[in-house]
Amino acid sequence: MSAIYILWLRELKRYIRSKAQIVASLGQPLLYLLVLGFGLGPIFQKSGNGSYLQFVAPGVISMSILFTSVFSGIAMLWDRQFGFLKETLVAPVPRIQIMIGRTLGGATVAVIQGLLIMTVCLIAGFRPYNLAMLPVVFLFMMLIAVVFAALGTAFGSILEDMQGFQLIMNFMVLPIFFLSGALFPLNNLPKVLSVITKFDPLTYGVDALRGTLIGSWHFAFGLDLLLLGLIGTAFLGLGGYLFSRIQL
Amino acid sequence: MSAIRVSNLVKKFGDFTAVNGISFEVEAGEIFAFLGPNGAGKTTTIKMLTTILNPTSGKMELDGLDPTTHRNQARQSFGIVFQDPSLDGEQTAWENMELHGILYKVPRKVRAERTERLLKLFELWERRNDYVKLFSGGMKRRLEIARGFLHTPKILFLDEPTLGLDPQTRNQLWSHVKHVNETERVTVFLTTHYMDEADRVAHRIAIIDHGNIVAQGTSDSLKQQTNTDSLEHAFLALTGSTIRDEGATSTDQLRQVAKMWGNRR
Repeated sequence: MSAIYILWLRELKRYIRSKAQIVASLGQPLLYLLVLGFGLGPIFQKSGNGSYLQFVAPGVISMSILFTSVFSGIAMLWDRQFGFLKETLVAPVPRIQIMIGRTLGGATVAVIQGLLIMTVCLIAGFRPYNLAMLPVVFLFMMLIAVVFAALGTAFGSILEDMQGFQLIMNFMVLPIFFLSGALFPLNNLPKVLSVITKFDPLTYGVDALRGTLIGSWHFAFGLDLLLLGLIGTAFLGLGGYLFSRIQL
Repeated sequence: MSAIRVSNLVKKFGDFTAVNGISFEVEAGEIFAFLGPNGAGKTTTIKMLTTILNPTSGKMELDGLDPTTHRNQARQSFGIVFQDPSLDGEQTAWENMELHGILYKVPRKVRAERTERLLKLFELWERRNDYVKLFSGGMKRRLEIARGFLHTPKILFLDEPTLGLDPQTRNQLWSHVKHVNETERVTVFLTTHYMDEADRVAHRIAIIDHGNIVAQGTSDSLKQQTNTDSLEHAFLALTGSTIRDEGATSTDQLRQVAKMWGNRR
């Protein structure tokens, strides 16, 4: 347990110590929130869907959690490059504990980042429909973070250098984001797109956040919780397996 | 009793045989050196002994345990300083020691005492609260070695620990290692391609070339075997070549560049 704790703490320390990175990582979600929120707002409103800012804020929060958690896993490449990974791989601790410590650390950082974005949304004029739901919102944020931090760890375990990074960014992370319904409503989509979105784990995360934050569900609380829980467990298993097989 | 026992160890990467059926034993409390050129199989052997690379075939024992089947017990018994740095630059020296101590389950009180003692011994105590990324190459190396000793390992692996360090730092480093070897009875297994270091520091030496151990024994016995008066000549007699140093000096490089440009004119 103490091994999990100290590796979790390390991720947190690294996050808090890199102030520039914190500021930089707020930029992209902010752009989506302000440009899309205010830019597409009028059209969205005219078509009878209500406020776009209200609609897109949960999506932007999901996005920042997605990006931060996947990158925390892939940041393992830096540890591989600068050698620190070796120190943990020869330690007399089951590899699964090392993996869990790192992943939970990354997930925690992603949740903090999500909370920061949520604060920004509140300042921009976003209003949750029911403040009593906030603990449930927090729970779902953690679930999303664990799902994608574990996925990031899985990728970090098989990539050996930064070459594959762009590949994952363009063919994995961006599609996950764009196909999740973070930016558009899932009803009345073309059939093909509608099917694809159902295979995207983030779809259920976005739906859960939108449901708990603005009270609008496409699926249902129970389904989102169940699927995120299952996918999270599966990804943790996969990441743990791949991590334990790393040879140097 | 042997601290390390290796028999017929083989590692193949595809068609390439990096380690070709080597066997050796290291006594407890001994300083044992693997001497050989770059690419001889030294690091590959250390990686297999320290559980981060699976051997193709052969047997290994660390302190009586097979590192391929008793990974975590074996890992507890050794410390390792890798050829490349393995510190966390974003944390302080103290935090790096702390993290290591926790991973190796060193009790809090012992951890604090030993960290202080080792950081003082390796002359890093004053800098304990500085980020490691600000340290010089020599300081990083000292910190890694101090860290390797933290959990009182029975065996310490040092993979080319002095690569890239200036002579003064190298001497200093070896005197620290010898000191801990004597006071804590730690078995030291080191690899190097510096003849003088192997000669001076190690009790016994194995000469390794192209994945094979061509000879092993004390420095004197190697010289006797080959009828030579220095380890360098013994090495030449045994392997048929002088040591190939791929990390050429900057003067060599300049000479190379000069030659190249000279030919073009």
